[in-house]
Amino acid sequence: MDSLNLLMDGFAQALTVQNLFYAVVGVFLGTAVGVLPGIGPAMTLALLLPITYSVGPDSALIMFAGIYYGGMYGGSTTSILLNTPGESSSVVTAIEGNKMAKKGRAAQALATAAIGSFVAGTIGTLLLVLFAPSVAGQVVKLGNPSNFALILLALFAVTAVLGTSRLRGFIALFLGLAIGLVGGQTGQARLTFGNPLLADGIDIVVVAVAIFAIGEALWVAAHLRRRPLDIIPVGQPWMSREDWGRSWKPWLRGTAFGFPFGALPAGGAEIPTFLSYVTERKLAKHPEEFGKGAIEGVAGPEAANNASAAGTLVPLLAIGLPTTATAAIMLLAIQSYGIETGPQLFDTEPDLVWALLASLFIGNTLLLLLNLPLAPLWAKLLQIPRPYLYAGILFFASLGAYSVSFQPFDLALLLVIGLLGLAMRRFGLPVLPLIIGVILGPKLEEQLTTSLQISSGDVSTLWSEPVAVIVYAFIALALVAILASGLRKPKPEAPVEEKEEVSA
Amino acid sequence: MTPTRRSHRLTATVFLVAAALLLSACGVTRGGEGEANRRLSMYIPNSPGGGYDLTGRAAARVLEDAELSGRFEVTNVIGAGGTVAMQRLLNEEGVDDLVMSMGLGVVGATYTNDSKARVSQATPIARLIEDQEALIVPKDSPFQTVQDLVDAWKADPSSVTIGGGSSPGGPDFLFPMQLAKTVGIDPKQVKYIVYDGGGPLTSALLGKKIDVGASGPSEFEGQLEDGSLRVLAVSGEERLETVDAPTLKESGIDMTFVNWRGILAPPGISDESRERLVAMFTEMHKTKGWQDAIKRNGWIDSFATGEEFETFLLEQDKRVETTLKELGLA
Repeated sequence: MDSLNLLMDGFAQALTVQNLFYAVVGVFLGTAVGVLPGIGPAMTLALLLPITYSVGPDSALIMFAGIYYGGMYGGSTTSILLNTPGESSSVVTAIEGNKMAKKGRAAQALATAAIGSFVAGTIGTLLLVLFAPSVAGQVVKLGNPSNFALILLALFAVTAVLGTSRLRGFIALFLGLAIGLVGGQTGQARLTFGNPLLADGIDIVVVAVAIFAIGEALWVAAHLRRRPLDIIPVGQPWMSREDWGRSWKPWLRGTAFGFPFGALPAGGAEIPTFLSYVTERKLAKHPEEFGKGAIEGVAGPEAANNASAAGTLVPLLAIGLPTTATAAIMLLAIQSYGIETGPQLFDTEPDLVWALLASLFIGNTLLLLLNLPLAPLWAKLLQIPRPYLYAGILFFASLGAYSVSFQPFDLALLLVIGLLGLAMRRFGLPVLPLIIGVILGPKLEEQLTTSLQISSGDVSTLWSEPVAVIVYAFIALALVAILASGLRKPKPEAPVEEKEEVSA
Repeated sequence: MTPTRRSHRLTATVFLVAAALLLSACGVTRGGEGEANRRLSMYIPNSPGGGYDLTGRAAARVLEDAELSGRFEVTNVIGAGGTVAMQRLLNEEGVDDLVMSMGLGVVGATYTNDSKARVSQATPIARLIEDQEALIVPKDSPFQTVQDLVDAWKADPSSVTIGGGSSPGGPDFLFPMQLAKTVGIDPKQVKYIVYDGGGPLTSALLGKKIDVGASGPSEFEGQLEDGSLRVLAVSGEERLETVDAPTLKESGIDMTFVNWRGILAPPGISDESRERLVAMFTEMHKTKGWQDAIKRNGWIDSFATGEEFETFLLEQDKRVETTLKELGLA
């Protein structure tokens, strides 16, 4: 319980007027950059790095942590309202979140995201307090073979979300994997057509914004005259009892996915959000609602991405190991004060560390206070007449794509992939497998090539780590279970469902 | 409802812009004409937080603070390890109010990305700083000295796995390749693994997934301090104050290697413009603000301008080209 006492001291330090002010600024800025597509927390922190020259380390870190958590939350707002995910970690949220918004349930979607983020962030921070000093040394034991197996597991889980038509699902998945192949991950330019702007690959934010927002705007424009205006109903402003009942388990499960992945060197926030989505879809009492705005599909992934932000701080604080771009910049900030990061940080700078941890709790509470009352207000945004609304969506989509790397070229890319999004809607291809392909393809390749490079091409390296073996066994078991159940009750494809995908 | 929405957006945007202005630390509107008021632009060839970004922004900030220049408009031109920015700089022929921060990695990237842009085509202004590279091993590595490493490496090049934080063509890649060549190993046989920056590289070293890390030692401060990682040797001419390890030369390997960063201007600018920019950065180098920035970031001051930097730049360009050609990467 030593940790708790130290944490209380941390609260005492973090609750000074000055530090509270920096926490509020951080949370507000974080939410703002999360809402603005393309400007992620990493870039914001990098631009704010000079602030470390003029304020004390505790204030700066408290503000940075606020930005990090705020950014993780803020990304969900545009995902839900405008179908325009601002960060790669909120791409999954857009899938159900935007459907909810269209059904007049935007306020509930935003609320479950806000509360889920709070719950996950708080539990995540608690886990961080309890475990950071002891477990962090373990995460480095996971090598590329284990990471490869974990990503393979994630890819395997895609089969659960291929939609009613396996063929269309696979087409979408392979389209995504193909987009993920662009770039020079292997040191050789691939599918870049001699254009150096493609050498780093196509950013996931550009793909997601194009497929979701541009694709949909074009689809709506194409049908404007043929279909009656579907008015977005004005829903209840708050979550109902049923919404709470359907949200709390996904929040907890999302946290369970997010935290460990955040702590892993190759984890990040994308894979857990997507695993959480797949899990909720499998476990849901009303699986038929998925694809039409199921609250579980927002609650889980949103909890997962905030929990992963907390997880990221485990290796950062405990062994000075940044696992995401945002964490790397926080580390730079710490080092610019001449503070040695690493296993000794908890001993040499206890005040700083515990003040930071305490401020994470404070930041989470502030985020909830800031965002919950705003949810019904944001939701009214959708009452804007459709032409203006879509003009706004197109504007923010372009802004988001442009600010990924400040290249006009990305706008051209946005339009081209947007046309692909339109074609996918026309031919009833589900968009989720494509997005997952883009996210997982390059990661899978990177882990595989690095594993094989280290082993000089010896394939047996892939099952040389215990975690990898366990994951493969799990995949094998799941395969057997699927095949067995498939043999018992072969169910015919339901072509009726496909209409839903079309309107997706 | 439009006003509500607009005001939220507006607040957010205003806040961001205000913060950005505040932090670019200018805020002062300077009136009148003259050198100190000229607005300048700077390209940064990688993303915010990266090495060129830190160096470039630090220089711009010092120049503004010391009133040696007007406001700087700093733009991150991201892509292909700096090749995109390099190409854009070369396209701005004759533009005399634009500079770009760059370094060794950009030189390599222009070759590995099959680009026609070459650093030698731009106008060299100044070399600002240097970073040494270090050979880093886990605590219980069998290698105690560089000689141990070289012996094992020569006996079987494929038995030693070297990781680095830069892609082929970058400093962490060029360093072990040139080292291999110096000790008589075919660079093609070097087993080099690319990690996405210092974090993943640290994690691979701590987890003993690789044998040796080649990178700037500043990214491993914490681990070196507590002893979970060790440095076998540093690559520069002299030992580093912060790292308790010999240089390669002291270890009997006749080679030095430095990762450097500097400033280029577009091609085709007049001699006066060039002189003006050189003078500006020379003044900047003398300020306390710049010396503080060097200290804070653990860089090594290696300021050079004019002929000296030009010769250095051409020599580096040639050396990188040779190394990459031998590997079939250029």
